[in-house]
Amino acid sequence: MGDINKQTAKILVFSTEKISDPAIDMAGLLKLHYPPTVYTISVPCSSGIKPSWIMHAYEKGFDGVFIAADGSDCVYGETCTEKTGKLVGKTHNLMKEKEIDPARLRMAAMCSVCSESFVKQMRSFNEYLLKTLHA
Amino acid sequence: MEKKPKKIGVYICHCGGNISDYVDVEKVRQSVEGEDIVFIAKTTMFACSDANQRDMVEDIKANDLDGVIVASCSPKLHLLTFRNVSVRADLNKYTYVHANIREQASWAHSDNKAGATEKAIHLVKAAIAKSRYAEALETNKVKAIKAVAVVGAGVAGMKAALSLSEKDCEVLLIEKEPFVGGRVAQWDAIAGTKESGKEMVKRLYDEVIKRSNITIMTNSEVIENKGSVGNIALKIRKIPRYINTSDFKPEELKKAVSVCPVEVSDEFSFGLTKRKAIYESEPGEYPQIPVVDMKNCTRCGACEKVCKAVDFSEKEEIVEFAVGSVLMATGFDPYTPAQGEYGYGESSKVVTLGQFKQMVADQNGKLMHNGKQVKNIAYIYCVGSRQTEGENTYCSRNCCTATIFSAITAKQKFTDINNYHFNRGIRSYGKQEIMYADSLRQGDIYLQGNDDNLPEVIVNGNKTSVKVNDILTAGKEVEVDADLVVLVTGMVPRADHSVGTLFKLPKGRDKFYTEVHMKLRPVETAIDGVTIAGTCQGPKNIAESVNSALAASTKAYSILSKGELETDPQIARIDAEKCTWCGACEEACPFDAILKVEKDGKTVAEINNTVCKGCGMCAPVCEPDAVNLIAYSSEMITSMIDALA
Repeated sequence: MGDINKQTAKILVFSTEKISDPAIDMAGLLKLHYPPTVYTISVPCSSGIKPSWIMHAYEKGFDGVFIAADGSDCVYGETCTEKTGKLVGKTHNLMKEKEIDPARLRMAAMCSVCSESFVKQMRSFNEYLLKTLHA
Repeated sequence: MEKKPKKIGVYICHCGGNISDYVDVEKVRQSVEGEDIVFIAKTTMFACSDANQRDMVEDIKANDLDGVIVASCSPKLHLLTFRNVSVRADLNKYTYVHANIREQASWAHSDNKAGATEKAIHLVKAAIAKSRYAEALETNKVKAIKAVAVVGAGVAGMKAALSLSEKDCEVLLIEKEPFVGGRVAQWDAIAGTKESGKEMVKRLYDEVIKRSNITIMTNSEVIENKGSVGNIALKIRKIPRYINTSDFKPEELKKAVSVCPVEVSDEFSFGLTKRKAIYESEPGEYPQIPVVDMKNCTRCGACEKVCKAVDFSEKEEIVEFAVGSVLMATGFDPYTPAQGEYGYGESSKVVTLGQFKQMVADQNGKLMHNGKQVKNIAYIYCVGSRQTEGENTYCSRNCCTATIFSAITAKQKFTDINNYHFNRGIRSYGKQEIMYADSLRQGDIYLQGNDDNLPEVIVNGNKTSVKVNDILTAGKEVEVDADLVVLVTGMVPRADHSVGTLFKLPKGRDKFYTEVHMKLRPVETAIDGVTIAGTCQGPKNIAESVNSALAASTKAYSILSKGELETDPQIARIDAEKCTWCGACEEACPFDAILKVEKDGKTVAEINNTVCKGCGMCAPVCEPDAVNLIAYSSEMITSMIDALA
């Protein structure tokens, strides 16, 4: 569990270079604010994220992990959604084994223009994490 | 022999004030200078400036650095810039690491300077962690198709197509409408040239059809795209014209048009006239081949009876093309005022600028409207632009000049008219100021309001007047009886943006397609291989549209000019010691890039380097964790997580 009365939750976002990164960059360009404790690591495709990385983030104190997935826009093919879903399922099992609330891992498809959607997701995830971990 | 410890340089950019106004860059520098591999840590006003790039090269060579990090804007903008700096300093470009502290720190958290600074520190530390594992890599090469699809055959699209065709490049010019020419085909006189809009379109079209490497498709739209820069597969729906051109007799067709019972508002004349469901091209519309508008045709069969060329058996076609790059030139829509906006739709005396230009072009002798002679014309500027209430807060740029030019043209043609310009500050920039001076000399009256003091249109029976408190005469109320009120309507993004949605083109706050960087990458989009030109990017006049079209075509060609693209060598790698060959990676790979091989008496997976695209789908499915993407290894990512935590 994190600090009590924390103002913002610490969230690690796995984004993708071609699809969700531009949306996150555009959120900044449009000055759409979200908590500054949201950190992004870019990968080529969301279906390449290893469950061990996500578990490592929890071990290191991240309150939540968010996968800004490619969804149907993935430049590497249609199977991305299914494969990203599988790795999330696999991670949820690992989280249950460690008694970590599975809701601390979220995934949503983010297209290259989904800036507002990204910001909404971050705000609502932050609220959830503050309520469940730091209330 | 013990491996030499890495030495890197870190450069933290102010970006003028874009970063340093919100992020304490000196604090960031101090926070990272003590990191074990950091040999140099500097702040710089503009990391991308020539001077700083030269300093970086000198630093790398003088200090024998193994890599550099620049913490600045999005890597979409300057990753390549700084990779090239590394190359100039004899470093492998893949040793370079970028940290985005502008879009993802200073701008995203401009409401929280302390939070933005703290985040920037963590992001740079994560970049240092990444740099620790960054390797020198050699690139692979793939074939790039030397063909560009230009979407939209207005002036910008045709100029881009012509420019591309001068190079060894195939061009596919796709136009959704039955005719090329876009908005300019609708105009007669245009500012700055004796050539009319129609003549300009004809000149361009005549040139386009001469070029053997341009394939022109009208009545056609892109419905699917697959692949990525270098090899983009397009599916295009081609709607038939329902006219058999081999059996085409002009007199029969005229009869077919006359017997057609359908009448719809003609968008070509801005709704001032009607057209039939089967119609001939207007002067300025090319190709000069008639078309049946199936959206409005009732299939009554009247035209078929009098014209053998009408052929309803023609079917829609889906055609496929592969191109290396796409240039988007889809244009704009003119703003349509809301019902009642400055009397629009309530008084027949209120028209748009487009309609007024058409009236001036079509009439001679006396300017007439609704059977009455027009003497006093009131132009109301910024209708649908610079809105204080409404979505269009941007300036539409060209409308001031277009209006002044139209007023001059009208006055020259109809000498007894009086022009009254109700403006909010004239923006006739550059050489266009000469036209403003000409307009003043011919006696036009300029009355200026502002955001809190907009002109008002008063409709009282048959009388229509416009009044404003003119700030140029100390706020004195001035009212003009107008025979015609011209609403100076600006440009808005296309209502139909389906092709942009298909390519996932980002839009800006004004809802026009947006470039990567207004100054440094003005025609590139966030989507690799897709460039933008003309007014789909924002309001522009013809000269500006042509400039951007030439820039976009040059950029599009430069991507493909070598006939091959360097592919990212950041592909998958197998640890043969860990691999137990279960086949999971082979099953996960969408590109058949995993091979089953025998190595040192053991069956293991091997990566086909020329086929692997570096997606990483094979990595999470490997139970013994034997697969890693180069540049995204578990060691690197967990080390970055440690730095961010």
